[in-house]
Amino acid sequence: MKDQNKLIVNLLATLVLLLWVTTAFGSTLKVCKTCTYTSVKQAVKKARPGDTVVINDGVYKEFGIEINKPLVLIGQNNPVIDGNYKGQILTVTADNVTIQGLTFKNIETSYTRDDAAIRVIERSNARILNNTILNTYFGIYLQNSDHCLIEGNTVIGKDVKGVNESSLGNAIHLWYCDNSIIRNNRVEGHRDGIYLEFVKDSRIKNNLSQHNLRYGLHFMFSDGNVYTYNTFRKNGAGVAVMYTRNIRMEYNRFEDNWGAAAYGLLLKEITNSVIYNNTFRRNTAGMYMESSSRLDIQRNTFDRNGWAVRLLSSCTDDTFRNNNFTGNSFDVSTNGNSALNKFENNYWDKYSGYDLDKDKVGDVPYRPVSLYSMLVEKVPPSVMFMRSFMVDLMDNIEKVLPSFIPEDIIDEHPMMRRLDYDSDRKLTQVLR
Amino acid sequence: MNKIIKYVFYDIVRNKIVLAYTLFLLLLSVGLFNLGGSPDKGILSLLNLVLLTVPLISIVFATTHFYNSYEFMELLVAQPINRSKIFMSEYLGVSCSLSGAFILGVGLPVMLFGASITGLYLVLTGVFITFIFVALAFLASVITRDKAKGIGIALLLWFYFALIYDGIVLFILYSFSDYPLEHATLALTAFNPVDLGRIIVLLHLDVSALMGYTGALYKSILGSLWGIGLAFGLLLVWILVPVLSSRRIFSRRDL
Repeated sequence: MKDQNKLIVNLLATLVLLLWVTTAFGSTLKVCKTCTYTSVKQAVKKARPGDTVVINDGVYKEFGIEINKPLVLIGQNNPVIDGNYKGQILTVTADNVTIQGLTFKNIETSYTRDDAAIRVIERSNARILNNTILNTYFGIYLQNSDHCLIEGNTVIGKDVKGVNESSLGNAIHLWYCDNSIIRNNRVEGHRDGIYLEFVKDSRIKNNLSQHNLRYGLHFMFSDGNVYTYNTFRKNGAGVAVMYTRNIRMEYNRFEDNWGAAAYGLLLKEITNSVIYNNTFRRNTAGMYMESSSRLDIQRNTFDRNGWAVRLLSSCTDDTFRNNNFTGNSFDVSTNGNSALNKFENNYWDKYSGYDLDKDKVGDVPYRPVSLYSMLVEKVPPSVMFMRSFMVDLMDNIEKVLPSFIPEDIIDEHPMMRRLDYDSDRKLTQVLR
Repeated sequence: MNKIIKYVFYDIVRNKIVLAYTLFLLLLSVGLFNLGGSPDKGILSLLNLVLLTVPLISIVFATTHFYNSYEFMELLVAQPINRSKIFMSEYLGVSCSLSGAFILGVGLPVMLFGASITGLYLVLTGVFITFIFVALAFLASVITRDKAKGIGIALLLWFYFALIYDGIVLFILYSFSDYPLEHATLALTAFNPVDLGRIIVLLHLDVSALMGYTGALYKSILGSLWGIGLAFGLLLVWILVPVLSSRRIFSRRDL
């Protein structure tokens, strides 16, 4: 009997507790022109940890909103928070904050404060989903915040033509943030599209970064990250990645980074990394490699670039295998004798060898470095003789009787046919 | 003078060679525009062609024409006509007919398939190069009375401008690669009309992005209207110097 009583008391207590918990969980604060709360700031201030703030459609001219407790901020029917060029809009100083479906706009260039639309300071598990950020200095700025998710946002700055580099911020900027996920975002019109510094073990997937003044993607000291299915297009200087180990880059597209100082992908001191199945199309230099070692570069397509690969002699132990090189002005160029790098089974459209035993592998080796590309690397002004008849003649003579071009950059087994990968990106994406 | 030009012009046009030349250019340019995907690519391939074949054909045709019309010129000299007038009409007759063929053969397809400012520069460059190489041919022909020798000199000139000159400059650049050579290269290219023409066109194509610092320097100099004017001015000098000097030789020498 006593036991039964105890049980009932226990049950009741649990029920009451459960009820209490649901109230703690569920309270929703509404923000609209006719609601109790007419400004986001008010609602955020009044909300208790775990509350949801629903912001209805309308334009809210607000800035300096600080979220210092775990909240869920949801925009309904596309509300706009207009910073009105007065300062930072949202500052998150709590764990587990979700910001979803809002539009932020108008933040002034601020050299000392680096104002952003959304800034997370030293907290983890922030979720920034499906927001639109227009005309801001920095878009999303995470500092020292781990396990954050940035998904489905659109960050659009301004037309960067003729704008000074220092007057622009980055669209998505992460600093000391580990285990982040950045996916399905679209960033344009900033200095760097996605900027990562000291960001480890993160996943960057399916983003579109274009028309940025400097780099589409820029990372430094960010080990162990995975970049897949991103598109970097028409950025001022392409993509630059530096001082990093253990990265994976797969199925990305580097396109139309065309200009005197542009690269598809610039690798500086990148080691132990893999670069698979990427497409480099119409870049001034498809891939520029400096002091990078132990890279595994496979199944990439280099199409219609100025230089497909510029391999400086400071690179060692890099392997190029099963790549397609088509329509590039120069396939590979180097500034010295980059020995120790390996080219194997690539397809080169300039290859003119034969295949007697019909095993689809050419019988004579191919040397991807042309004499003229060596000359240009050594004496840059000689680039003015591009397309001169003399240059073509020189290259052809050198092909027949190699004497100047580096012995070691050689593809012993070039492929006779263009390699077909499963290039249908959508399909492979589903299958994986 | 007009009468003589007209006569020379008709004489050449009636000759099947110029017709064949026109057709050859027309066929090649239409083919190249249809093969290459973009008009830019077509212009690029066409540029190589223009810079190689147009000088060769101009110089060989003009030299043989000069020697073949020697008797006609002797006949004219017997009339009360100024020698330099005879020479100039011969020159203008030949170069106008050849550049007419060029404009028909290349200018028309460019206008149809790749009408742009770059295409215009290509056609202008081709016309200038025709005039320059006809002038050089006449210079070669007035130097010597021997037809074989004259053609030899003309071919050598073509060889020099199309090939040897670039080789020499590349060698110089290579030997002095420790020095800043950007401006020197610019000066050196001005001494070869073929290079000058090539660079004028290349700088207006998007290949120019590959040209790095030197290309940027060239673009800053040649990219403006003033610079383009200067470049074509230089090409004009390239016409005037051989024409005037050969006219001088022609009017003084014993025929």
